[in-house]
Amino acid sequence: MSDARHPERLYRMIRLIRRFEERSIDLVRAGEIQSGIHACIGQEAVPTGVCATLTPDDVLLSSHRGHGHLLAKGCDPDTVLAEMAGRVTGVDKGRGGSFHPSDFAAGVYNATGTVGHGAAIAAGVAWALRQDGGDRVVVSIFGDGAVTQGALLEGFNLASLMKLPVVYVCENNGYATTLPVASGVGGTITGRGEAFGIPSSTVDGQDVETVLAAAEEAVARARAGDGPSLLEFRTYRYEGHHTFELKARLRYRPPEEIEAWRARDPMVIQAARLPGPVRERLDAEVEEIVERAVRFAVESPFPDPVDALDHLYTTGPTPRPGLSLC
Amino acid sequence: MPKLSYLKALNRALGDEMERDPSIFVLGEDMHHALTNVTAGFMERFGAERILEMPLTEQGFTNFATGAAMAGRRPVIEFQIPFLLLLVFEQIVNQANKFRLMSGGQTSVPVTYLCPAVGWRAGWGAQHSDQVHALFAHLGVKTVVPATPTDAYGLLVTAIRDDDPVVVLGALASLPLREDVDFAALAPIPLGVGRVHREGSDLTVVAIGHQVHDALAVAEDLAGEVSIEVFDPRSVHPFDWDGLAASLDRTGRLVVLDDGNRSCGLAAEILATAAEEMRLVAPPKRVTRPESAVVGASPQLDVALLPTRQQLTAAVHQVLKT
Repeated sequence: MSDARHPERLYRMIRLIRRFEERSIDLVRAGEIQSGIHACIGQEAVPTGVCATLTPDDVLLSSHRGHGHLLAKGCDPDTVLAEMAGRVTGVDKGRGGSFHPSDFAAGVYNATGTVGHGAAIAAGVAWALRQDGGDRVVVSIFGDGAVTQGALLEGFNLASLMKLPVVYVCENNGYATTLPVASGVGGTITGRGEAFGIPSSTVDGQDVETVLAAAEEAVARARAGDGPSLLEFRTYRYEGHHTFELKARLRYRPPEEIEAWRARDPMVIQAARLPGPVRERLDAEVEEIVERAVRFAVESPFPDPVDALDHLYTTGPTPRPGLSLC
Repeated sequence: MPKLSYLKALNRALGDEMERDPSIFVLGEDMHHALTNVTAGFMERFGAERILEMPLTEQGFTNFATGAAMAGRRPVIEFQIPFLLLLVFEQIVNQANKFRLMSGGQTSVPVTYLCPAVGWRAGWGAQHSDQVHALFAHLGVKTVVPATPTDAYGLLVTAIRDDDPVVVLGALASLPLREDVDFAALAPIPLGVGRVHREGSDLTVVAIGHQVHDALAVAEDLAGEVSIEVFDPRSVHPFDWDGLAASLDRTGRLVVLDDGNRSCGLAAEILATAAEEMRLVAPPKRVTRPESAVVGASPQLDVALLPTRQQLTAAVHQVLKT
């Protein structure tokens, strides 16, 4: 049970991400998370399975839909939720928010908002880790919308050229905001990896055991010094791109498509592998964790406005104010 | 005393720092042949693990440097041409320079972006001739524009040692400069500390980068009629506002000479700050490229757009009249 790959641990993490996101949407509605969020409900098996293969020393670069990545990488739900709520107790002291959270102690280096650019940042991190010795790996997670960005392909090229220990993870949830993959992606996602000589495969992203098996192979390849891999996980988000869709009521996805993917709910798939009493115990544990995080977030203070430009520079200069009264 | 060229000063600063700190590495294009000469001899001296030959993938390798920096390295990227800094503006401004704040201080991104070739060169055309220092200053990226070989050495050393992203811009017009130098006296120069190249009592000329030398020539030409102080901020962000205020306390008159475009340029900020906060006894002037300037490829057209010593002389005379 201590191994993150244990079926109970996999279920517990999926459940944690699911409930964390559901309660976060409640906090968006309540005005506690003012930015709104990009929820990953429906996609939980991907970060859960991928991160189960990682050590705390491995590095992950996330995306704007990253709450699940952080939780699966071992970040504290309390400080992640406080960050999303813009509180000073957040892991980034309220400077990262829901969109750009990082937690360097847990190996989450950041989530750049520029879609796809994390792929080349990941290559640089991987190069430095390899220089340090050891067998640490870097995972770069992005969505299907990122594969049409040139910077991502530049990252693929460098990772392949330098044979870097990177695992590229594409969460293909079918839509770049409102644009269907078929309308945005010429060729295939895995074809992009293959063009750079990167072993690439398309994998079911709804069954966490399948995700885990694919990730183990890719991570092992990186650890062995055999270079990068690309895993395209076919998955689906049950919610909108962003919580603004709660009001916008966009109609870019057919209801029957949503229902078909709901029939392959990653939480239900993994729950079916566990005895009922075990599941109930894990669910209760998760509720306690999530409710504690909610309390911690909403009861935490906001940052002091006087400190708005703290952390901009490591050393000097103090920025001049917008109004000069001298 | 031995002579030190501007280019050799950059080479020497980078080499000295790499000897001192093994976390420093260089990445850029045509490294095996040290095309710009900044890294001349480095492939043999430091090896391919510290001198990274990169393909034409500027956005990719600028992000690569950000990643390596967050993992404890001190990358120095060489860009051969100034427009490449616009190509990677996103990577520097919106990513590297924001990651420390966005992480609440968890990380630093100590990357040096070195372009030893900004500004105009005859016939190189519209896309190779820009001055980009004001853009970085506007968005808060630490940026230095050394005017002399000694300052090029000292500011590049400081940029590399700084824990944040720093842009180092050497003007093409500065590269042939040579200076008598005591090598033992070469030292880091702090960011945000300007230099008075020539003291004067009637009027301050603030000049940026290679135009410091134009300002000094004009000051010498006009020495019989006016006492001009030549102030070189050296770093454009942070800017030595205290140094400028002290100079204006002495002179009360100001002309800014800047090879950037006029609108929203560095000269505009210097004039505005001086007008708001400093002692001026006459309206100040600036001498810059025209608003919206795009140089072409015919040198005869291009030089008509660059600030000249004649324009500076005219501006000095006008400010003295009021």
